[in-house]
This record gives sequence, C-alpha cells and structure tokens, in this order.
Amino acid sequence: MYPSRFRYEAPRSLDQAIDLLRTGGGEAKVLAGGQSLVPLLKLRFAAPELLVDINNIPGLDYHRVDPDGTIRIGALCRHADLERSTVLSSGQPTMAAAAPLIADPIVRNRGTLVGSLCHADPQGDWASVMTALGGHVVAQGADGRRSIPVAQFVTGPFQNVLAIDEIAVEAVVPAPKGTVAGGYLKLERRVGDFATAGVAVAIETSGELITRAGIGLTGVGGATIDAVDAAKALVGRPLSAESIGQAADLAAQAARPRTDHRGSAEYKRHIVHTFVVRILSRITESAERAA
Amino acid sequence: MTSLYEEISPDPPDNVPVRRVTMTVNGEKRAADVEPRLLLAHLLRYGFMLTGTHTGCDTSNCGACTVLFDGKAIKSCTMLAVQADGHDVETVEGLATASELHPIQEGFKHEHGLQCGFCTPGMMLAAKALLDENDDPTEDEVRWAMSGNLCRCTGYQNIVKSVLWAAEKLRAEGRS
Repeated sequence: MYPSRFRYEAPRSLDQAIDLLRTGGGEAKVLAGGQSLVPLLKLRFAAPELLVDINNIPGLDYHRVDPDGTIRIGALCRHADLERSTVLSSGQPTMAAAAPLIADPIVRNRGTLVGSLCHADPQGDWASVMTALGGHVVAQGADGRRSIPVAQFVTGPFQNVLAIDEIAVEAVVPAPKGTVAGGYLKLERRVGDFATAGVAVAIETSGELITRAGIGLTGVGGATIDAVDAAKALVGRPLSAESIGQAADLAAQAARPRTDHRGSAEYKRHIVHTFVVRILSRITESAERAA
Repeated sequence: MTSLYEEISPDPPDNVPVRRVTMTVNGEKRAADVEPRLLLAHLLRYGFMLTGTHTGCDTSNCGACTVLFDGKAIKSCTMLAVQADGHDVETVEGLATASELHPIQEGFKHEHGLQCGFCTPGMMLAAKALLDENDDPTEDEVRWAMSGNLCRCTGYQNIVKSVLWAAEKLRAEGRS
C-alpha cells in the first residue's frame, strides 16, 4: 500500500506553513507525527493535493508548566515525551495515566497529542483526557491566534473547526484552582488497538470538597463524550461511595456505545461504569493512605 | 538513484516531481531522488536494497518495519522517505559487523527468539532502542518496550529471553 500522489512542502516557519495551507485552498493537510494521517493516505481515505510537513519548524516540540500552573503542549510534542514527563507524573495524573496507553511504544515516538486532537477520531484517547480537563486548542492563522475549547474543537468524527489556513499549534490545560486528582483507564484487546472503551476523570479538590470535575469517554459514541451530568454529580461535595456510584451511573447513561467486534453495547456501558468507579475509588484510597 | 512507485507498480508513468534526499543509513551517507509519497520502508527495501526491513501489516500495527530514526524506534511504513532527509536511519543490516553478530542478534540465536523470522528485524531494533536507553531492563520493561511488535510464531517468551540475554552480554562487554 502506498499513498496517492501529493505535493510535499517542509516549511521552516509557521508563517510559511500557513501561507502554504492558504495556497492549498482546502486540499492541503498538515503532517505532524503522521501516525494517523500516513495510514489514512495509504488506505487512500485521505488524498490531499498538498502535504505541509511541520516537523522542521523549530520550537514546537515543548511541553511545560507556566508559573500559574497552566500546562502547554506544543504541536510537535510526542506521546513518548509526555509518557516520560516528570511535569505530568508529578502534577497531572489524568494525562500521566493516559500517555503510556496511547497506541504502542513505537507509535508513541512519533505521534503527537495535538495531532491526535486534530484527527478527531472518536476513539482518540487524548480528546477524552482534554475534555475531562477542560482543555483548549490554540490555532494559528494569518490573522493571529485563537483559543478553542476542546469540546467545541471537534465537530464530528474526523472533523474539527480549523479553517483551511489554520494550524493547531498548542494544546492547553488551564491552571487548576484546587488540588488535582484523576486518572485514565482504557480497555483494549491488545496493545496498540483502539479502545473498546476508555474513561478520563479529572477532579480538583479544596479541602474535602470537589470544586471541579470533568469526565470524558472514549470509543463509546460517534464522538468523544463529555459526561457533563456525571461530572456535576461530584462537584460541591466530598468524594463518597454514594457520589461515586451516582457519577458512574450517569457516565454509563451518557455513553452511546455500539455493538461491534470489540464488544456489545451493554458490555461497553458496563466498562464505563466500572472505570469511573475504579478511578474515583483509587483517588479516595490514596487520599486515605496519605491521611 | 531515483525511487518512484512506477518501478514497483504498474501505475502509468508521467512527469513525477521528485525530491533529492540525503540521509545516513547505517553510518553511510545515502542519497536518492524520491517522489514525496514514497514510504521510508520502500526506499530502504527497493531503493537501497536493504531488504532486512520487512513490511508486514502495512497499517502500522505489526512493527516488522521498525527502524531507528535518530536513535528512536519508528515504523518505517508510516513515515515518508522525504521526512528522513538529513536524518540518521539504522536498519537491521547495521547491527552486525563483517565478522561478528551484534549481541542482540546473538541473543535471538542463543535463546531461539525466532521461528519464521519475519518479525525479527523489527524486534531487534525495538530491543536496541530499549537497550540503548536502559542497559538493565526488567522482564516487564522488555515486554513493555516490545509491545508494538507482533510475532505470530514464538508466543514472545523466547523473544523476551533473547533481549534479556543481550542486555547481560552488552553489560558484560561494557558496551551498554
């Protein structure tokens, strides 16, 4: 298998890349890690006229925490960078849990978080994580930058709101106001498979009380699911067996799974319930151990 | 040397724009004129005739095409050859010297880490990427690092043993 023909450009700056995209007039695609795009090209599900490779643009491979706690991930930060990140392992448990579960170790050396968000696969793990964290995507175009909440960034399977001459340059996790906790669990048939179901949970606490909560669901609908009601059930109260049960029930209700070769809809819904309980129970257990 | 898919497929040849790329392959400078859609795996196999890099699934699942790209394991069927311009590529042919197998190759021989051998080049380069970074991995770390490479023969036990054997040999030789 090999792709259909395309023109290829490897600009050295974002401005050049944006210019190229504009000349491409909607028939151009950005190539970052390529771990979703290249297979799509080979399968000829995608046949762009122009490929704009951004890998030679300096200064996009970062991930860092601002002094206020905001986490910023550049467009060329690879999954493997995040997997090894002390920034995440010490301060962002939902992302730290997800990073080693993306695809397989070799794909993680190339694939990028921002690219995963742009690809907008309903089975994409990072979209659920960023949904739970209330993250956003920074897009750069000829007229400057704009910030788009992840929940509004994706408009459908494999579709996002980027204009034809915009590049997603950064993903941002807003600074937490309280103490962060959370996790990501994914059921997969084997390493590298898409999720049968995945659940991302991110909470912030102040004292005993949960002040913010987000729950994102992977692979159980036509798009990433923001389980808003489930998250709301957690906020304003301490974590308890009762609130955990309610959140898990509501998350399972929010799931829209379909029966396929990975499992029945009922089974996937059950997994969502189990994962919500498991992630939140682990948070209570580690809080008890710390106390 | 020009690498086009026309040479390996019945597509009608026309005026295909090519790009000159240069890269270091197994320590040697190589140049080629490639059409942008050429995959790195295909440049290695059909352009440079380094046929040790296998293409198995073609969908970035199996890892048989794994090579080292600037020292990191990547799937060469999921990278364009033009992207390797100016970079360093290491294939299975770069492991052994004229007279001596690499300890990783010795490990696969000693511990029977292969049966049909199709996945072996990718396995060995994934192992090399691991051992370059961690000279004393646990069994679990080996399994984790190799989890992007599929084998349909061995059941993986002997592959894991081979990598652990190689790690010990490399440590003993002080090469790690």
